[in-house]
Amino acid sequence: MSPVVSVRGLIRKFTLRGVLNGVDLEIGKGEFVALLGRSGSGKSTLLRAIADLDHEASGSGEIFVPERLSVVFQDARLLPWKRVLDNVILGLDGPNARERGRAALAEVELGGRESSWPYELSGGEQQRVALARSLVRDPELLLADEPFGALDALTRIRMHVLLRKLSQAHKPAVLLVTHDVDEAIELADRVVVLDDGKLAADIQVDLPPEGTARIERFAEVKEQLLVLMGVHESA
Amino acid sequence: MNARTATSLAIAAELPRDALGVPYIAAPVTRRAQARGERRLSLGEPVPFGWLLGPFLLVLYWSVGSASGLIDPRVLPAPWVAVTTAIDLIEKGRLQADLAVSTLRAAQGLAWGVAVGLLVALVSGLSLLGGYLFDGLVQVKRAIPTLALIPLLILWFGIGETMKVTVIALGVFIPIYIHTHNALRGIDLKYVELAETIGLSRWGFVRHVVLPGALPGFMLGLRFGVMGAWLALVVVEQLNATSGIGYMINLARTYAQSDVIVVGLVVYALLGLSSDAAVRALEARALRWRRTLGR
Repeated sequence: MSPVVSVRGLIRKFTLRGVLNGVDLEIGKGEFVALLGRSGSGKSTLLRAIADLDHEASGSGEIFVPERLSVVFQDARLLPWKRVLDNVILGLDGPNARERGRAALAEVELGGRESSWPYELSGGEQQRVALARSLVRDPELLLADEPFGALDALTRIRMHVLLRKLSQAHKPAVLLVTHDVDEAIELADRVVVLDDGKLAADIQVDLPPEGTARIERFAEVKEQLLVLMGVHESA
Repeated sequence: MNARTATSLAIAAELPRDALGVPYIAAPVTRRAQARGERRLSLGEPVPFGWLLGPFLLVLYWSVGSASGLIDPRVLPAPWVAVTTAIDLIEKGRLQADLAVSTLRAAQGLAWGVAVGLLVALVSGLSLLGGYLFDGLVQVKRAIPTLALIPLLILWFGIGETMKVTVIALGVFIPIYIHTHNALRGIDLKYVELAETIGLSRWGFVRHVVLPGALPGFMLGLRFGVMGAWLALVVVEQLNATSGIGYMINLARTYAQSDVIVVGLVVYALLGLSSDAAVRALEARALRWRRTLGR
């Protein structure tokens, strides 16, 4: 099966932050990939390059991405002057845009909040609106840049459940940038680790659905990742 | 005495002791005695028509001063004299006629100033070339007093209505342009990124992001502009005018009718205040999505 996303020999140099020294990455159709790395490892740089948001960078390499691509940022990035539903369907036209927007809001469990102003929502709710705004565009690729980084631990767990449910229902390819090892293992089919602007590891998670096997596999992958990220010394 | 000084003054013998008998100092307690529903650093609930307090005190001072003879009627006639004169002017129909002419002039100038100011601010704010073309010119215009331009405008447009409306429009144009342009250029880059990732068209970007984002700035400019329109009226209606509130004041000056001058000034003040209140009401409605200190 041909990949949805294909990055080859990607090099990016910034004057300010982050570099990429030749990154190759492929993401299959409907595959959920988590991109782990320490801060400054270049994970956001890679995501911004794939999202075509890095106009200020110089570099080389090839990037192939699908036409329908959505980004969820760390901040919900809702337009404060638009009500929730208008934020979700921003830029969509067509007679059924509002219907689709309502459906997307219902999917993120925010049905009934269509005419709220963004400031009336909690941080988690705002991030769910941002998710709805991405989903309503039916993306083939969903790019998420530490989308839960600013949320509290409990809200984050709820968002994990929601994101997994949504990605299973809509089957977009997902690239989730995170520095949270647990989050990466919990959500992704595959975890890639970026270190010093290069991919340092590419691990298939293969988490069993439940039971002790799941807990053991979780711990195994976690240990592997922590060693790779230089947190634990290898045994 | 608050909790902090209380603990520091307590001597060791009186201190509470823990399970092992070691004295410890209790953490200072801050009492929360503030009224509920009020944020400590916010300005509190606004009182309706609270802004009338200052003007009311001024009129009070004026009345007391005139009644007690502290203010010489030759310097400033008493408020009730001004009221009588106003009634007289209304009965003769002069005030209404002059007011109508003045309002029409101000409205025309305002409309042109707002339309051109907004358009130029958009062109100048949303394209580099537009900025290079217009921004410098506007700064040059700002540095030249409108009064100094009037002789030239008279040469170009004559002494009729066109010149008068042009002077008012110029006075409105500047604040509309400055504040709208400033707000446009100040739109957060993160919204530009968002617009790019969801594939908004140029026009969609202007309509959904730029215009509403610049609205607070435009509204501020509008407040200055509306006031400016009335102010410019004073100047243009003293130039070869045969009607308008400014003309009425000018004529009264010739005949030393200080009461008529006061009526004219009060009319100006009322016009300015009521139109500013209207713009502020419009602003509050248009910017409902904001939560600010002043509400």
